[in-house]
Amino acid sequence: MRTLINVPKTANKGEIVEIRAMIAHPMETGYRTGENGVPIPRRIIHRFTCSFAGREIFAADLFPAMSANPFLAFTTIATQSGSFTFTWTDEDGTTQSAAAEITVT
Amino acid sequence: MRGRPWALLLLAAVLAAAAAAADIPEADRRSGYELMSPELRAMQDDELSNPGMFSVLDGERLWQEPGGAAGTACAGCHGDAEESMRGVAARYPAFDAALGRPIDLAGRISQCRTERQEAEPLPRESEALLALSAFVAHQSRGLPIDPPDDPRLQPFRARGAELYQTPIGQLDLACASCHDDNWGRRLGGSTIPQAHPTGYPLYRLEWQALGSLQRRLRNCMIGVRATPFDFGAPELIELELHLMARAAGMAMETPAIRP
Ligand code: HEC
Ligand code: HEC
Repeated sequence: MRTLINVPKTANKGEIVEIRAMIAHPMETGYRTGENGVPIPRRIIHRFTCSFAGREIFAADLFPAMSANPFLAFTTIATQSGSFTFTWTDEDGTTQSAAAEITVT
Repeated sequence: MRGRPWALLLLAAVLAAAAAAADIPEADRRSGYELMSPELRAMQDDELSNPGMFSVLDGERLWQEPGGAAGTACAGCHGDAEESMRGVAARYPAFDAALGRPIDLAGRISQCRTERQEAEPLPRESEALLALSAFVAHQSRGLPIDPPDDPRLQPFRARGAELYQTPIGQLDLACASCHDDNWGRRLGGSTIPQAHPTGYPLYRLEWQALGSLQRRLRNCMIGVRATPFDFGAPELIELELHLMARAAGMAMETPAIRP
């Protein structure tokens, strides 16, 4: 699955930074049928987390009513240089991760 | 018999109305983009929040991937798409001398795939063909639509213009009835746009996916309860020729967002 992450490359210490993350995912509700009338199996991401330097800083539960390719935006305070890790977990337990670096001066 | 003159009068009135359906003056032309909410426009403008970019990125990967019996990638022949494909989508459909008829961008890509890569054809509306089309068309983002001044295209373009004015379906409406005469007004929950093909393939929220111009046109035909032309049908390419001529000079937006 593809992800698009937007984290500022640099920030001043104490600055509020916006983080945006989107993942290519069908978020299939399980209520739709395909062309031949066969139900399309449910497939949704049910949790998204973002951690910085190993500590969780943001998390969200997702539900079938969310659109395909969920887009999440949130803010945090830049404290030190390091790496953000983004994790999406499907209902069946499969996870997908992405990372982005920030340099704080 | 008595009713006859009335019927004729009515017909005349309808025809007069049809004749009044004038083209949209150049100064009033608006891309569907301009009729969207600021939120949707922002979603389209920012490539990191535009879900159509997922397909562009997939297309970029496919562009590099050796394929078919020839084992050649698109990049193997065309090199850097940023240079070789710049402006290409803005001048399609183009005339194909070997076929003796116009071909759209997706058709040209399929042709390269089957004839030059010697690979399995990609079905219309398949994810891979949409991704390659989106990737190629993305290289024209911001460039003006530039229909070729090729006399061989003229009869096909003229047929497209005629189709555009012809009432179809149980609702007996022409494309022009909505898109020239009633653009900007609401139909159910949607604003009727002017039908400019600036953003294709594009990500439609209703589809929750990327789709082609042909999918869009088929949707409109089903909307008026007409039997839609099949994907790849010559009529859809003729309509596209007309739409591109109407939109000449407008900026390409691929991958656009639409509601
Ligand atoms: C073996 C070499 C070869 C491969 C591989 C190849 N092409 Fe082509 N392609 C060509 C040639 C040659 C032309 C020019 C045909 C012409 O100008 O009439 C062309 C034309 C095109 C055009 C139209 C360009 C224009 O200016 O009108 C597009 C779009 C295109 N190719 C896309 C692709 C894509 C996408 C792939 C991979 C799926 C691909 N090609 C693979 C050789 C190749
Ligand atoms: C009954 C009115 C109606 C008719 C007739 C109609 N359309 Fe549409 N068309 C719409 C509406 C409404 C939309 C926008 C859909 C939305 O946003 O939900 C639309 C969208 C479009 C778009 C997309 C424009 C964009 O910004 O991406 C194109 C292109 C288009 N129509 C072409 C056509 C063509 C060609 C025909 C004739 C075969 C046609 N339409 C017939 C109502 C109509």
